[in-house]
Amino acid sequence: MFDWQFFLLLISNGILLGLMYSLIALGFVLVYKATDAINFAQGEFVMIGGFVVAVAMAAHGAPWWAAAGIGLAAMIGFGFGLERAMLRPLIGRPVVAVIMATIGLAAVLRGLGPLVWGAETRALPLPISDEPLVLGPLLVSPIQLVGATVSLLFLAGFGWFFLRSRKGIAMRAVADDQQVAMALGINVERYFGIAWAMAGVVSALGGIVWGNLLGVDVHLALVGFKVFPVVILGGLDSIPGAIVGGLIVGVVENVAAGYVDPLVGGGTKDFAPYLLMIVALMFRPYGIFGKPIIERI
Amino acid sequence: MIHRECGVAKTSYAADMALYPLPIARKSVTAIALLFALVVPLALDQYYLSILNLIFIAIVGAIGLNILVGYTGQISVGHGAFMSVGAYTAANFAVRLGFPFWLSLPLGGAMAALVGAIVGIPSLRIKGLYLAIATLAAQFMIEWMINHLTWISGGIQASIEVPRPTAFGHAIASQREMYFFLLVFVVLAIVAALNLMRSRIGRAFIAIRDHDIAAQIIGIDVFRYKLLAFAISSFYAGVTGVLYTYYLGIANYEQFQIGVSIEYLAMIIIGGLGSILGSIFGAVFITLLPIAIRWAMESFGGLLFSQQAVLNLIPNLRLILFGLLIIVFLVVEPEGLNRLWRNIRNYFRVWPFAY
Repeated sequence: MFDWQFFLLLISNGILLGLMYSLIALGFVLVYKATDAINFAQGEFVMIGGFVVAVAMAAHGAPWWAAAGIGLAAMIGFGFGLERAMLRPLIGRPVVAVIMATIGLAAVLRGLGPLVWGAETRALPLPISDEPLVLGPLLVSPIQLVGATVSLLFLAGFGWFFLRSRKGIAMRAVADDQQVAMALGINVERYFGIAWAMAGVVSALGGIVWGNLLGVDVHLALVGFKVFPVVILGGLDSIPGAIVGGLIVGVVENVAAGYVDPLVGGGTKDFAPYLLMIVALMFRPYGIFGKPIIERI
Repeated sequence: MIHRECGVAKTSYAADMALYPLPIARKSVTAIALLFALVVPLALDQYYLSILNLIFIAIVGAIGLNILVGYTGQISVGHGAFMSVGAYTAANFAVRLGFPFWLSLPLGGAMAALVGAIVGIPSLRIKGLYLAIATLAAQFMIEWMINHLTWISGGIQASIEVPRPTAFGHAIASQREMYFFLLVFVVLAIVAALNLMRSRIGRAFIAIRDHDIAAQIIGIDVFRYKLLAFAISSFYAGVTGVLYTYYLGIANYEQFQIGVSIEYLAMIIIGGLGSILGSIFGAVFITLLPIAIRWAMESFGGLLFSQQAVLNLIPNLRLILFGLLIIVFLVVEPEGLNRLWRNIRNYFRVWPFAY
C-alpha cells in the first residue's frame, strides 16, 4: 500500500526546503547575471551573514529586527568591498581564475568566521515558534514557511527590479555587453559593486533563515554546496530558474531521502541532487531557463 | 648565471625542442639528480625526510592536475576523488589478491584514468564553470560511493590497511627507504610529463587550451584529446593516491575529500599553470605552508596568546593564509612562482651586462 500521507509530507517539505535553497541560489544568480563571475563562496557568505546577526543578538543584546538590519548593512558593505578589492582586478581574466579566487575566498571566510566569532555553534533565535503547523494532512515548520515566503518575495522584488527599474535595466545592459554599456554612459564598475551588494543582502537573509534552522557555525557554509545543482538545473542567469531549480532539488532530495535512505543507510540527500545535475548537464547544460551560449571565433 | 645561451646556435627544430635546452643543462641536471639521490637522503634525518616524502607525493599529483588544468585548460575540482579511486583500487588488489605494489600501483592508476575519462565525457559539451561543477559532482558522488559500498571500502570505517611495499625482497618501512621509493616515481612523473608536453599530444593539449574551436578547425580531434587529458591527469592522480596509501599504510577516504582537490588546485595556481617546474614549486610551497604555520605558531604564538588559543588558531590561520595566497597570486602574479623564478633567471642571464 502506497503511503500517500508520507509522500505528500515529503513533497511539501521538499517544496519549502527548495524555496529556501532558492534564496541562497538567488545570490549566486544575481552575481553571475550582472558580472559573469562565479561565486563559489556563496555558502560562506551565508555563514558570515548568519554570524553577524547571531553575534549582534547574543553578544550585544540587539532585538532581532535590529540585528537583521545590522546583518544586512554589514553584508552590503562586505559585497561592495569585496568587489572593489578582489573581483575588479580579475575582470577579463579566464573563468578558471575567478572560480579559484572565490574558492580561495571561501577558505579565508571559513577560517575567519570561527577565528573572530568563536568555533561553537550559536543559536539564532527568531520570534517564530518551533511548533509545526498542521495543515490538513501536512505538517509544516513555521521557519521554513517564513524562508519560503521571503524567497518568493525576493523573486518578485528582483523580477520587478530587472524588468522595470532604471538600475535593473542598466544592470542587464552591463551583463549583455560591458563595452557597449560603458559606451552608453553606464558606470559598469558601480553596477558590479551593486550586484555583489545584492548578493550580500540575499546571503544575509539566507543566513538568518538557515541560521535559525541549523544554528550558526562553520558548517552553515555547507549549504552553499546545494547551490550548484539548483543553479545548473534552473539556468545560471535566470531568477525564475533559481526558484524552479530550488523546488526540483528540494523535492527530489526529500523524496529520495525518504525512500532510498533506508535502503543504503543515509547520505542520499547530498547525493541525489548532484546525480540529477549530471543528467541535466548531459542533456541541457544551460538549464531550464538559461540562455544557450553560442560561441564564435 | 651559468645557464647562458651565448655561443649556442640551434640549427634544427629538434634541437630547439630538446629536453636539455643548453649543453650545460646536462651537467646541472646530473648535479641535481646526485643531490637528491645521495646527498639529501644521507644528510637529513627522518623528520625532514618525511616532509620531503609528502612533497614528493604532492609533486606527482600536482603535475597530473597541471596537465589537465594548466596545459589543456579543463578545470577539475574532483582530483581528490580520483586519488581515492586509485587508492582503493590498489588497496583492494593488494589485500584481497596479494598483488605487489608494482602491479597494484599501475592498476590503481589505470582505474583512476578510466573513472577520470568517464567524468571527462561531459567536457565535450560543457566547459569552464559547468565543467568545474560537473567535476565537483563527481567528487561528491565518488566520495559517497566509496563511503557506502562496503565491498569497495572494506567495512564501516571505510579504510583498508595495506601491507608495506617490497622491493628486491625487502619491505620498505623507514622514511629513508620510503624516500628512495617515492623518488623513483617523482622522477618518472617529471620526465614523462616533460616528454609528453613536447610531443604531438602535448601540443594538441595546448592548442585546445588556447582555443578549442580553433584547434578543432586545424584538425585536432578535440573530444579525443580532452578525454586523453582527463585520463592521463587522473592516472597521475590515481598513482598519487596509491603512493599516499602506501606511505600511510592505510587507504582512507578522509584523505581524499574536496579539500584535497582544492589544495592541489592551489598548488598549480601558486606554482604556475602550464608549467612542470611550477607544479613542483607549488607542491613544495603548499606542503610546507601548514608545517611552517604550525612551527611559527608553536614557537612565537605563545608570546601573544595562551596555549589553548594557539591550538585553536592554527587550523583557522592555515585556512586563511591558504585562501589569501590563492587570491593574492591570482590578482598579482597569475603565472605563479614559476614566473617569479623566470624573472630572477632572466635577470641573471645577461648579468652583469644588462644591456
